[in-house]
Amino acid sequence: MTGPSRAEYCVIACAEAWRGDGEVLASPMGPIPSIGARLARLTFAPDLLLTDGEALLVRPDGTPEGWLPYREHLAWVTGGRRHVMMGASQIDRFGNQNISCIGDWELPKRQLLGVRGAPANTLNNPTSYWIPRHSRRVFVERVDMVCGVGYDRADGARYHRIPRVVSDLGVFDFATPDRSMRLASLHPGVTVEQVIDATGFELTVPEGVPATREPTDEELRLIREVVDPAGARAREVAA
Amino acid sequence: MKDKTMPAEEAVARLSSGMTLGIGGWGSRRKPMALVRALLRSGITDLTVVSYGGPDVGMLAAAGRIRKLVTAFVTLDSIPLEPHYRAARERGAFELTEIDEAMFLWGLRAAANRLPFLPVRAGFGSDVMRVNPGLRTVTSPYEDGETFVAVPALRMDAALVHVNRADRSGNGQYLGPDPYFDDLFCAAADTAYVSCERIVETAELTKQGPPQTLLIRRHTVTGVVEAPNGAHFTSCAPDYGRDEAFQKTYATTPWPEFEAGFLAGDEQTYQSAAREAT
Repeated sequence: MTGPSRAEYCVIACAEAWRGDGEVLASPMGPIPSIGARLARLTFAPDLLLTDGEALLVRPDGTPEGWLPYREHLAWVTGGRRHVMMGASQIDRFGNQNISCIGDWELPKRQLLGVRGAPANTLNNPTSYWIPRHSRRVFVERVDMVCGVGYDRADGARYHRIPRVVSDLGVFDFATPDRSMRLASLHPGVTVEQVIDATGFELTVPEGVPATREPTDEELRLIREVVDPAGARAREVAA
Repeated sequence: MKDKTMPAEEAVARLSSGMTLGIGGWGSRRKPMALVRALLRSGITDLTVVSYGGPDVGMLAAAGRIRKLVTAFVTLDSIPLEPHYRAARERGAFELTEIDEAMFLWGLRAAANRLPFLPVRAGFGSDVMRVNPGLRTVTSPYEDGETFVAVPALRMDAALVHVNRADRSGNGQYLGPDPYFDDLFCAAADTAYVSCERIVETAELTKQGPPQTLLIRRHTVTGVVEAPNGAHFTSCAPDYGRDEAFQKTYATTPWPEFEAGFLAGDEQTYQSAAREAT
C-alpha cells in the first residue's frame, strides 16, 4: 500500500472531529468531511448517526435507519445532539465564519449562498469547519458578514463550541487564553512558515507543533476500498 | 366539497402586485415552477417573496418582480450559487431580509399557529442581528432567564407549492422523501395555490402512498392546478429528478436570451422548448 496522501491526512483530521461524540448526528458538508464522518462511524465512533445528505439517516453502507427531512434536521440542531462540519468562504481568528457575501452586505461585491443555518448551528451544537484551500482570502482578519459565530462574539452562549478547523495544511483549535485560533497539528509535508504565510491573521503557534496523526493500515484500506473507492478526496485536495 | 381546480393563469390572476408571496420547495427541489412561469407571464410585480430560494427566486429577481426577498439562502444545489440571483443582488435590485434557516422555519410555524412570534436560540452574535435591526428579543419568564430572538410570524398573502398528487378539493400528496415546508407555507398564508403532477380521485390518494404522505389539507388550499412536469427543471421525486442539463442551460444563458427562448409563450411552449433544448 502506498503512503497516505495529503487528502487522506485531511480525511483523518476531519474524522477525528467526531471522536468521543457518542450517539450524535454527524453533518458533514463537502466530500472530505463526508468521507471522514463515514470512516469515524466505521472505526472509532460506531454510535454516530449519518445522513445521506437528503431525507434519510443511513448506515455507512447506505442502508436507511431513519427519516430526517429538512424540518426535523433544523429541529435536531436546536436539540444539540449533532456535530456539523461546515465550510467557510471566510473565517477569522476567533472562528467567525462567512458564507453569505463578500464586501458590504448592503451591496455585495460577490453574493454567495446566504447565512444558511450557521447562526443557529453555532449557538446550539458543536460546529467545526473544513477549508480545502488554506489561503489569506479565507483566513482573514475580519469576515465581511458573521454567519457562524466565533468565540469573541458568542458571549459565553451556553451551547457554543467550535471543536476544530481543518484545512489542507493542518488542524486548528481555540485552546488559547483568549480563545483565538491555534495551530494544533501540521499535515506531514507542511511547514509552520507555509501556514503562517497562508493565514491573514496572527495565529498562535506552540513550540513543537505535532504532526496530524497517521492513518492506520486498516483506515487507509477503508478509505480507499470502502468509503471512497472513486477517489473524490483527491479531487478536493491534490496529493 | 368544492371543486378548486383551475388553470395556472387563473391562480395567478387572483394575485396582485405588492403581495407577500411564499414559495415552497427547497433550493432546486420541488419548486412550483409552472406557477412561477405563469407569474412571469403576468404583469405582477413589486412582490415580497418568502422562499428557501432556488430558481424561483433567480427568475423572479432577474425579471425585476421582487421588491423584497426573505430568505436564508438561494442555491441551485448541484450549482451552488444561483447566477441570476447573484447578479440581481450585486446590482442592488431588491431589498433583502436575510435570516437563518431555523429562524425561517419558526417564522412559518408562528404564522401557522396564529402567534406574533416564536423564540429561537439563533441570531445572537451573528450579523443577522446587524442586517435585521428590526428583530426584537424576548427573555424567558422562567428561572433560566435566557434571552432569545423573537422571530416574527412570516404571514403571507399567498403561497405557491408543488406536490406529486392532489384531489380536486385541495388535498395534496407528496411521494418523495421530504415534505420540505409546503404544508406550513399553505397554513401560514391567507390563500394557497397547489400545483401537482396529476389530479386524482380522492380514493386514489391512499392507493398511491400511506396516509402520512397526505401533506396538505384542503382547508388551507384555495386553488388546485394540474401541471404535469410543473416543477421542471427542479426535482420532483419520485416522478422525476432535476433536469441537470437544462438547469445548466438556465444558469449559463444570459437572462434576456433565456426569457426570449423559453418564457415568451405559454407553459406548453415552455415544455416543448425545454424538451428540444436538451
